Amino acid sequence: MSDCASCHDCGATPVLETPLSGATATRPVALVGPPNSGKTTLFNRLTGMRQKVANFPGVTVEQHTGIAELSDGRAVPIIDLPGIYSLSPRSEDEQVAHDVLKGLRPDTPKPEAILLVLDSTNLSRHLMLAAPILALGTPTLIILNMADDLRNRGGRVDVDALAAKLGAPVALVSARQGDGIEQVFDFLAGAMPKPLARELPVLQDVPKCREWAGRVGSHARYRAPAPPKWTHRLDRIFLHPVAGPLVFLAVVVAVFQTIFTAAVPLMDGVRRLFEITGHWLTAALPDSLFRSLLVDGVWTGVGSVVVFLPQVLLLFLFIGILEDSGYLARAALIADRTMAKAGLQGKSFIPLLSAYACAVPAILATRTIENKRDRFATILIAPFMTCSARLPVYTLVIAAFIPERQMLGVLSTRAAALLGLYALGFVAAVATAKALKSSILKSGRTQFVLEMPSYRWPTWQSLGLRLLDRSMIFLRRAGTVILLVTVVLWILAHLPLQGGHAPAIADSLAGRGGRLIEPLIKPLGFNWKIGIGLITSLAARETIIGTLGAIYGMDPASHGVALQKAIQHDLTPGGALALLVFFAFAMQCISTIAVVRRETGGWKWPAFQFAYMGALAWVGAFLAKSLVA
Amino acid sequence: MLQLNGNSNLIGDATLMDLRRGEAAVLEGIDLPGDEARRLMELGFLPGARITAGLSAPGGDPRVFRVDGSEIALRRETARRMTVRLEKAPRTR
Repeated sequence: MSDCASCHDCGATPVLETPLSGATATRPVALVGPPNSGKTTLFNRLTGMRQKVANFPGVTVEQHTGIAELSDGRAVPIIDLPGIYSLSPRSEDEQVAHDVLKGLRPDTPKPEAILLVLDSTNLSRHLMLAAPILALGTPTLIILNMADDLRNRGGRVDVDALAAKLGAPVALVSARQGDGIEQVFDFLAGAMPKPLARELPVLQDVPKCREWAGRVGSHARYRAPAPPKWTHRLDRIFLHPVAGPLVFLAVVVAVFQTIFTAAVPLMDGVRRLFEITGHWLTAALPDSLFRSLLVDGVWTGVGSVVVFLPQVLLLFLFIGILEDSGYLARAALIADRTMAKAGLQGKSFIPLLSAYACAVPAILATRTIENKRDRFATILIAPFMTCSARLPVYTLVIAAFIPERQMLGVLSTRAAALLGLYALGFVAAVATAKALKSSILKSGRTQFVLEMPSYRWPTWQSLGLRLLDRSMIFLRRAGTVILLVTVVLWILAHLPLQGGHAPAIADSLAGRGGRLIEPLIKPLGFNWKIGIGLITSLAARETIIGTLGAIYGMDPASHGVALQKAIQHDLTPGGALALLVFFAFAMQCISTIAVVRRETGGWKWPAFQFAYMGALAWVGAFLAKSLVA
Repeated sequence: MLQLNGNSNLIGDATLMDLRRGEAAVLEGIDLPGDEARRLMELGFLPGARITAGLSAPGGDPRVFRVDGSEIALRRETARRMTVRLEKAPRTR
């Protein structure tokens, strides 16, 4: 620790651009702590709305940065590192934390100071992380979080004795309630004392570290709090052999109802909003190709993605409540055995359920799965779940080709067909998960370890920031990738110009593209018109309906029945079934591809996924057509 | 692979899996690859630690174990690899 004063300005790492360097030039302060230590709550408390989320370049670890404003107006950049149990770099999270703290990452300057967050109700174990962190020699404030819990449950700790023993300042705080937070700001302002001499254990030896942590704790007269009474009471219900699964089922139904029923009026509202503003734009601008690009291309394209925002928000509100309250861990426990049959684990359940609304938020929700292989497997199968963008396509084709009849008294033929398509996606997902988990993403069944946090009330601030954060990621997709794709698709549909006007879609570049891929899709019973639809549906699956409407020269508002008639003309029943199967399997969604790239840290996995799902779609569609013929 | 006290064969090869709800035992060793054993140790599953079996998912797998102030759920496959010395008088809650 003696050499740490010099390390302050040692210049070992060049100060490079950080996400925050526009706002301030100082090196960041790193926030470190084990999972479930309330680290994120503290981060929110310190930085409020001044946060950014990105990925560490080259890895799949999310980088949360923010700015804490001190009373004297200075701005301190804070970097929230992933939750870790130790600093030995084994998982990707630990590697990133290790590299950042040691100043080994070229994209992040070595932290000026460290805020180490520990759960004061479980201090003896959490103190183990203090040993490797203090050994770094960086000025460190040890934050004993959840002081309110400790007090309420009759625990106590002598902060001064602990500080003396550790040779580092210690603050007892409650990030949730804001108690003691001023001590953290004082430390950031430099008012806290510098580190002193201390003795640390051999870091590689876990039992020695635990022994040391126990000694330090007893020196600080740490008295562990009584077991969390309410948590035990609630668990007796939520993990009851009969009541537990019933509560679980109720939660699942509630999530499903919310994303399918409650979100619908909101989504209709967003859709209307885009239609009305689209009409305004049309009325306000002179008739030109530019207007067509702006209204039909950009505005409609972006609208087709933003429509999903209400679903995304409601979904993350739900997941936020489940995770912050502690129920998500119980749900994962209950779902684990079933999920394990497909090679997955309990934590994959909620993301996969979310994928029935939209694969994009589902893939973002896989952040709760710590095991990287399980997380990737979940990401790779999520787009097989029947998302809401497939529904309009299914509805149209089923209505056009399947006569409405009653089957077995209760189920109509059309409803049965729809159910069959849901089942098809589900079976493909399970089979793919099994294949992946027994080959390229194989991991031992013993690697599933799940910590059960105590139940807590979620805070509005944490829920609000999470919603903001996730919707920003979602909207950024709509604002960048989707914008680009819709503009490109518009250009394909409107060029080459014929006498200064856009050509009929059949003669456009998209039309030629449709003809170009016709040999490839002919065996499936699709002609070039469907081919164009397959190309444009890459923006969002339901776009194929608008495209077919345009090809058949129909007013988009009235194309319901007329469009059914038109596609009956162009598809045989075998081809129609093939089209349904194709949509069930193919990854026709640029947003999903973009978000998989973001979450897996490269193009390798989305490319694999696109190729695999595309091949499966082709083969499935071919078999479906041959079956009918 | 980590095996400490060699006297586990005095009682037979009891593992965490043998504990019923409310029963406690002292951990003797973890028969798992180094990284996995280390992760478990960081969570408090250290040789000599007292472990109490708690509630479980329906069907008894995975089960929650109380150790070192935390509650950690383990699958049956993991619990089976953790040898324990049973306490003489198992307590029920």
